[in-house]
Amino acid sequence: MSAVVSALAVVAPARRRSWTLVAGLVLVGAVVLVAVISLVWLPYAPADTTGTRLEGPSLAHWIGTDKLGRDLATQLMSGARIALLVGLSSVAVGAVIGITVGLVAAFAESWLDDSISAALDVVIAFPVLLLAMLIVAAQGASLGSVIVAIGLAMSAVVARLTRVLTKRVLGEQYVTAARTSGTRWPGIVARHILPNIWPTLSVNLALQFGVAVLAEASLSYLGLGAPPPNASWGRLLQEAQGTVVTAPLGAIAPGIALIMLVIGVNFIADGLRDVADPARKGRR
Amino acid sequence: MTLLSVTSLGVQTAAGRPLVSDLSFELAAGARLGLIGESGSGKSVTSLAVTGLLGAGLVATGSVHLDGVEVVGAAERALVPLRGRVASVVFQEPLTALDPLMRIGRQLAEPIARHRGLRGAALRAAVAEALDEVSLDEKRIARAYPHEISGGQRQRAAIAIALGSRPRLLIADEPTTALDVTVQAQILRLLDDLVDARGMALLFISHDLAVVSAMTREVLVMSSGVAVERGSIERVLSAPADPYTAQLVRSARALDGMLGER
Amino acid sequence: MTSYLLRRSAFLLVSFVIAMMAIFVLLRLLPGDPSNALLSVTATPEQIAAAQAQVGADRPVLEQFLAWFAQLTRFDLGESFISSLPVWPEIAARLTVTVPLTLMAFALALVISLVAGVVAAIKADRWYGILISAISQLGVAVPVFWVGILMVSVFSVGLRWLPSSGFPRDDWADPADALRSLTLPVITVALVMSASLTRYVRSATLDVVGSDYLRSARAQGSGYTEALWRHGLRNGAVPVISILGIELATTFLGAVVVESVFGLPGLGSMLLKAIEQHDYPNIQGVLFVSTLVVLVIGFLADVAQRLIDPRLRVSISGNR
Repeated sequence: MSAVVSALAVVAPARRRSWTLVAGLVLVGAVVLVAVISLVWLPYAPADTTGTRLEGPSLAHWIGTDKLGRDLATQLMSGARIALLVGLSSVAVGAVIGITVGLVAAFAESWLDDSISAALDVVIAFPVLLLAMLIVAAQGASLGSVIVAIGLAMSAVVARLTRVLTKRVLGEQYVTAARTSGTRWPGIVARHILPNIWPTLSVNLALQFGVAVLAEASLSYLGLGAPPPNASWGRLLQEAQGTVVTAPLGAIAPGIALIMLVIGVNFIADGLRDVADPARKGRR
Repeated sequence: MTLLSVTSLGVQTAAGRPLVSDLSFELAAGARLGLIGESGSGKSVTSLAVTGLLGAGLVATGSVHLDGVEVVGAAERALVPLRGRVASVVFQEPLTALDPLMRIGRQLAEPIARHRGLRGAALRAAVAEALDEVSLDEKRIARAYPHEISGGQRQRAAIAIALGSRPRLLIADEPTTALDVTVQAQILRLLDDLVDARGMALLFISHDLAVVSAMTREVLVMSSGVAVERGSIERVLSAPADPYTAQLVRSARALDGMLGER
Repeated sequence: MTSYLLRRSAFLLVSFVIAMMAIFVLLRLLPGDPSNALLSVTATPEQIAAAQAQVGADRPVLEQFLAWFAQLTRFDLGESFISSLPVWPEIAARLTVTVPLTLMAFALALVISLVAGVVAAIKADRWYGILISAISQLGVAVPVFWVGILMVSVFSVGLRWLPSSGFPRDDWADPADALRSLTLPVITVALVMSASLTRYVRSATLDVVGSDYLRSARAQGSGYTEALWRHGLRNGAVPVISILGIELATTFLGAVVVESVFGLPGLGSMLLKAIEQHDYPNIQGVLFVSTLVVLVIGFLADVAQRLIDPRLRVSISGNR
């Protein structure tokens, strides 16, 4: 085989893939562990401003203090809670709404299916963060409205995917058989559709989790997120922005935590995709 | 000089798993050879190795002489002039083998222009003639995209494209497997006639004994990457020497019996 | 194609009207009357009624919407509750920051990702191919404002190469000055956007390189590079163009967010301020323009895709 051809063509990196799931679980697991610890123990009280302002890392303050003298490690640890809470809740909101709408569209008469699909196409043209900004703009910034906003915004993507996958399953012979033998649609959904679409859907939901975490951080950074007692990583970054040169860790640490979590869930999604669809292994 | 001479050809994956081992055969100008085996027997990989088109990660060893030129280990530069001019390939699935975004006429013009140096009106006439040769309605098909025509028409177009460069060897890799039975018979007859009329050599690859016996007198049976039997189709059918071939013949007979044909 | 254009334009119009209605209703039906913004907590009922009459909140929602929509068709977006200045000139002024920022960032991201994506796919077995893939994987997890913060600290505060924030008071009177203010924001948005774009380009290139039609072209005697240009380019462009719409919309949004980092007087800072002040005409105005931009981008992307790919003739919006 010619060397030129093999160099120009693609090598499927099959060996790389097995550890993405493991790496993803380790990264996300680390964040979850920190969040769980923060529920029972924090180095300082979140509002404790007794530290010297903008201190560097020390034994007393592992990654230093912010401009009010608060312990950054404490802020970072409680930020993990917010990130995971918003990520999980908004994916839950998005999944419930999205899967329901998608199933309705897939089962509906063609005029309703077409209208829903057209509406979804319009909504999907908008980035999740923009829709979330719109909803937060209307509702006012609170933890609840952030979750609802991100969840609603992602539900369109979930709905469209659910619809396509469901239509595919509905075309299968065993489903037609079940339908003609008189199984009602709740039975078909529970027994045939959900189990079949779940592998692909769960990959997408994992990716949506990452989108949600990033959207929450962006909203908080812009001052549209959960208000101050909630220590969001996005807000930490916004507060640290002015002092980034004198105390760079304050701006770097929350960013790295954010990236760790998002890359972690993306890795998990990749790993899940390989499980769901081995043929795609090595491709993205 | 033999047109195609394959000596101890081996093909391995990058991980070292052998797909084809120690395969040798020759094909003289104008001769025909059938390559039979079930999927995974290495017959398609062989057809790719012959033209140096193995995918990345597959490594060929041994020797393949195509029109006297060593293909195994050759630089792409050395292979490009052989492809089309000496050997051309018709693949199994015309829907993916044709460029989905290009009209059939333009795809057909490409090899004709390259190998026969035609331009403008002469090129258009040659395209029309080539379509006519495979019994396609020139006006409609030339302007059509692959998805706009039937599977049988697509495969006819693919044959026209493969023949557009006037090759001396045609490699047909399961050319009718993706088609339904009636269309299959038409395509086989078309191939048979064209190969005959042009005195081309034919390397015909299939898993289907009946299809191969319609096209060639000489066959080579492959199993797990190894040639297990070779000889005339009559002898292989009536007195298979290898247990694998015997099984292949039995199952083909059983299928024929079931269908109540032949 | 003509009938498709007509249908797709009608779809654009209908979806725009519906989107504007949704925004309007969302802003009116939820707690928080627009007139609140005008009043202090000690306002008397008379003052509240007067304020509601001033902003039109005493009329039915449908009537309010029709009045507002009638204005919209004349490109009159009303007046700010807070400053009483007309909304449209304010938006127009801010678009001179946001639009150049978006387009320059998008163009730069496109160039970076086309090169990086193709290299990552074709040289997937070399260290630099793997490195590009790894960086783009990392890049999609990085928030754009964080990159902005790091950029400011390194290039403005640290190296003092470029201004850290703000925009010339006289806008584009001195283009060089304006461009200097936009350089870091453009690079920031472009870097982050090119991560996801690179992944799409890489995946499209992998599909092309592994495709049957490329192999058949080569089997007919076409050289590898020739086959790539002749057959690969268009086929690879289809999936990339299909996501360019949402990527451009995301770039626009990235620009809006990055304006906060660099203190640029663009659409994003106008929206944030309006939200803070419950200045509904300004919020609606910005959302009107953003929605229009996103929908028109989607329209153009769909049409472009159809021009290239003859197989897409089924749905109105072309996304199925």
